[in-house]
Amino acid sequence: MVTRGFTGRGSGDQAERIPPGQHLVENFPVLSAGPTPDVELSDWKFTVKVGPDSVKIWNWSQFNTLPKTKLTRDIHCVTSWSKLDTVWEGVLIDDILAEAGLERPTDFISAHCYDRYSTNVPLADLITGKAMVALKYDGQPLSPDHGGPARLLVPHLYFWKSAKWVNALQFTEHDEPGFWERHGYHIYGDPWREQRYTND
Amino acid sequence: MTKNGAQVVSWQSCVIEEIVQQTPSIKSFFLRLAKPFAHIAGQHVDVRLTAPDGYSAMRSYSIASAPNMSATIELAIERLPDGEVSQFFHGVAAIGDEIELRGPLGGHFLWPDPVMDPVLLIGAGSGLAPLMAMVRQRRARAQTVPTALLLSARTAEDVLFSNELHSIETDDPAFVLALAITREEPVRASDFARRIDVSMVQEVLARLRGRPTQVFVCGSNGFVNIATDGALLAGLDPSIVKTERYGG
Repeated sequence: MVTRGFTGRGSGDQAERIPPGQHLVENFPVLSAGPTPDVELSDWKFTVKVGPDSVKIWNWSQFNTLPKTKLTRDIHCVTSWSKLDTVWEGVLIDDILAEAGLERPTDFISAHCYDRYSTNVPLADLITGKAMVALKYDGQPLSPDHGGPARLLVPHLYFWKSAKWVNALQFTEHDEPGFWERHGYHIYGDPWREQRYTND
Repeated sequence: MTKNGAQVVSWQSCVIEEIVQQTPSIKSFFLRLAKPFAHIAGQHVDVRLTAPDGYSAMRSYSIASAPNMSATIELAIERLPDGEVSQFFHGVAAIGDEIELRGPLGGHFLWPDPVMDPVLLIGAGSGLAPLMAMVRQRRARAQTVPTALLLSARTAEDVLFSNELHSIETDDPAFVLALAITREEPVRASDFARRIDVSMVQEVLARLRGRPTQVFVCGSNGFVNIATDGALLAGLDPSIVKTERYGG
């Protein structure tokens, strides 16, 4: 349905990079469901679990000895903004799992966070260089607003999957809905298929 | 809606029934739904505008009206300097125009049901919209749960729904209204002439009968950070604070 009198900005020459219903932003909006947690690096820990069992725990300095990778990716927030060519640096999930000595104990992962947020992502969407635990954005340590000290980065899914303040990855038997997935949002969240809400 | 139910929230066409200039930068749009729905105070709709060349722009807007049977919802839209959708609503949209939307959406920032314990609401600018739906729902259902609204605005004329809020406050001893007016002297002695800070939150908590077990904060990200810092420093637990931040 054409809206009377609306022309809009259009997507310009980047149109093919912008999923349906999204618009470009130059700034980096901040959206989160609660207060920004204050996480001291001296207290920071990151755990990989299989079910209830912790397989490997790193502190901040141990985690920083893992191999670092830079990813430049477009990101897409379900609230409809997209941002192109964002530059991240962190540890690929492949490298984290290799260090934990895990291959594929199950097909699903729940990411857990300092603010008790969680989100679910199939393992296949986290490995083969697709995703990382990001420690830097645009060359700088991640600010608390953007999930610092560390956030998950799964750039090909809507950005709520890129959980801020992440502190654990847990292998689960089934695809267990996380925070937003239990509150009306899509279980998978592919921006190119506009999987915004539960039954999209 | 709040569970993974089978309900599909599909797009529908609605008609602009009425437009009201509420403050210098905020207009209310009353939209008549083709397919009426019952929402929960705090929920939003996604609005989609489509250009003749097929380009479309989507934005989320909180519903400011309380759930009712009238099939009309109210959105309070603030004109943003660079907002392609808000500029359309403020500059082009007219009564009788058809707009596409889908809703109700969102299952987190919701007025509690049942509501047993005191509630603290903190908002700024058009961030009042979902909080106003809560205040209106509380009133429509004659709920007596102590509720405080701490609302920040630049000047008195920037206070959205000012008359209605003052009249609810006059009528209802369990409802506390505190304004934080940042760019002029407030008229009432009980209001504040500064930005929200910890001592302000403490004072509003002292006026509220009982300790809140739910806090809702809505506004720009900068505002929400300042307001939640104030709430946490005033001793409220982070787990009871729900935020909704604008941007993008």
